Amino acid sequence: MPCSMKGVKKLSHLSRSYEKISRQIGHINVVPFFFLVLSAIGLWFSQMSISFVLNEVITRFIRDGIMVLALIIPITAGMGINFSITVGALCAQVAMIMAIDFQIPGLNGLLFIVGLGIILSIVMGTLIGFALNRVKNREMITTMIIGFFTTSIYQLVFMVGYGTIIKPDNQEIMLSRGIGIRNMIDLELYRNFIDRIWFFNVGKIDIPLFMILLVCTFAAMVKYCTMTRLGKEFRVISQSHERASQLGIDVNLVRIKAIVASTTIACIGHLVYIQNIGMLNVYSAHTNTDIFSCAALLAGGATITKARISHAFLGIFLFHWLFIVSPQAGQNLFGNPALGEYFRSFVAYGTIAFALIMNYRNTESCR
Amino acid sequence: MFLVAVHLDIPMSWIISDALIRLVMNGVLVLSLVPMLKAGIGINFGLPVGVIAGLIGMCIAVNMTIRGMWGLISAMILSIPAAMILGYIYAIILNRVKGREEITATFVGFSFIPLMNFFWATAPFSNPGMLWPIGGQGMRPVIGLKSYFAKKLNDLWMVNIGGANTGGESIIGINIGGINSGGINVPVGMLLFFGLLCLAVALFFRTTFGRAIIAVGENEQYAALNGVNIVRVRTVAIILSTIIAAIGICVYAQSYGFIELYDAPLMMAFPAASAMLVGGSMGRKTDIVHVILGTFLFQTTYLISGPIANELMVSEVAEIFRLMITNGIILYALLYEGGKKIEPSQ
Repeated sequence: MPCSMKGVKKLSHLSRSYEKISRQIGHINVVPFFFLVLSAIGLWFSQMSISFVLNEVITRFIRDGIMVLALIIPITAGMGINFSITVGALCAQVAMIMAIDFQIPGLNGLLFIVGLGIILSIVMGTLIGFALNRVKNREMITTMIIGFFTTSIYQLVFMVGYGTIIKPDNQEIMLSRGIGIRNMIDLELYRNFIDRIWFFNVGKIDIPLFMILLVCTFAAMVKYCTMTRLGKEFRVISQSHERASQLGIDVNLVRIKAIVASTTIACIGHLVYIQNIGMLNVYSAHTNTDIFSCAALLAGGATITKARISHAFLGIFLFHWLFIVSPQAGQNLFGNPALGEYFRSFVAYGTIAFALIMNYRNTESCR
Repeated sequence: MFLVAVHLDIPMSWIISDALIRLVMNGVLVLSLVPMLKAGIGINFGLPVGVIAGLIGMCIAVNMTIRGMWGLISAMILSIPAAMILGYIYAIILNRVKGREEITATFVGFSFIPLMNFFWATAPFSNPGMLWPIGGQGMRPVIGLKSYFAKKLNDLWMVNIGGANTGGESIIGINIGGINSGGINVPVGMLLFFGLLCLAVALFFRTTFGRAIIAVGENEQYAALNGVNIVRVRTVAIILSTIIAAIGICVYAQSYGFIELYDAPLMMAFPAASAMLVGGSMGRKTDIVHVILGTFLFQTTYLISGPIANELMVSEVAEIFRLMITNGIILYALLYEGGKKIEPSQ
């Protein structure tokens, strides 16, 4: 009997310490580890060389990095994931098409694009901000629908408006029937304009130092932004709107600021993306930017209520790593590259769904 | 919209007969949103979950090569257990995220589709009509139903009103037939089916359990005080939504003539939600009348926008315009509703 008693005691002790550990683990997000394991498995089965994958990941890092950073500020302000970064991307595309239309070459063109893009995205961001202030606590679904809605207006303008109401200067970008813009626009004028600055190789790996520094600068800016007075206001708002207004913070105004910042960063991020690719896919370049950026951020361990720069960087690395290896891994494992393709879209959507489910359950248990 | 249509000389009879078919074709999917709305869960953006259950049922029916009306019926019957299982899982997920169902449902639906793509690509179906012609493995993205049960419900008891042979059966019939001598086809069987389904849902909400669902939607705490098991009620509402959605896609597919697999159901929830909102449904105050009215108006707008766009401008306008209407209406509804409820229980 004493022996079994001892055993029970030991067991209960064990279970208690297990609970303790699991509670500690609970604070660490398991998603990055999951991604790490998946990426390792994917790499093993895809039989790709690490240097190739690293090259690709670096390219993706400079393409999508700023876009992912755009999501951080709204999360800090407690507004959840901003799916309307698509609108920012659209602003970038509008500015790009205008520049091509007026045929402004070189650095002037680039400055024109950046300037116009920022102005547009500030206007759009303010509008979105007003809309979101009406739908507190349902921001995410609203931003999503805003993204869809803006996309259709954008398509209407460029597929129908151009050639009928708006007269283009540059006939080369038009479809042969005279109405609507071509699907693909060549960005000869701006292709890889800033990619090649301070570009060097280490072994087989290409390192575009300037671009990496650019992404890091934006990261530092976002970081700095969260340290300032405004950043503190964001955090107070994410805790409680009432407390924030008691402290004399204009909640609605700060929320609009958060969305404007997010939209502007997204606009610049998309400009970097387009000029890196060198071709503008007028009607579909912006689709899914929101989903992929968001999945990347969440893969790095961010949640719906908490996101840091380190999450963004780690997430881009892990998510795109998986993205690159999965079609080849699908080919090698099942003899069907389509399966890898399905897998990666499942991962993108699934990560977001998982984050939403886990996050809201956690907030429930905290209460 | 109607005025423009008349102006453009689009045959009125064609519009009406097509609009009636489209009403039922999409109406059942729209109807599937009702139980969840009534239970206060919000718009079911996770409609793809139910749609996939229906697709599974149809694929099994086609695989067994059941033809004709029985094919459709068996597809519906087969899809119900699938819908129940999926709906149950879906309900567990949604019960966890109470208060944030809409966004979670959207992403559950989104992520469910690539997961099912795995299934479609590897499922052990054997009917060569469904598989890729080369290789013989994995399903085709589009399966023709012509030799199985396409249009079976559409053509059931099809009555031609106002045509030359039937003469004037009703005053409306004569009037409309007068504009164009083609007459309008009324799919009586199809309308009857839709009517019965609507009636069933309406009656369900008269029963004790149905009333419990409404009570939960109106005031959860009050319902709980009255001894209603909220989790159970919500689960049943979600499962019911899923089942109706599964039946809805069966009706849709037979009318369309094809089963669409893979990414096709991805965006299906949005037009349905939009139709619901056009009908005047706002949050919990949802009725069958809203469903019928909304689907009719929405689908007719859809229908007419095609030819009008062709006549007036570029052909792509129709599609863009449809997307714009769909998302614009949902956005409007969100903004409108959001203005009323400030800071719900955070």
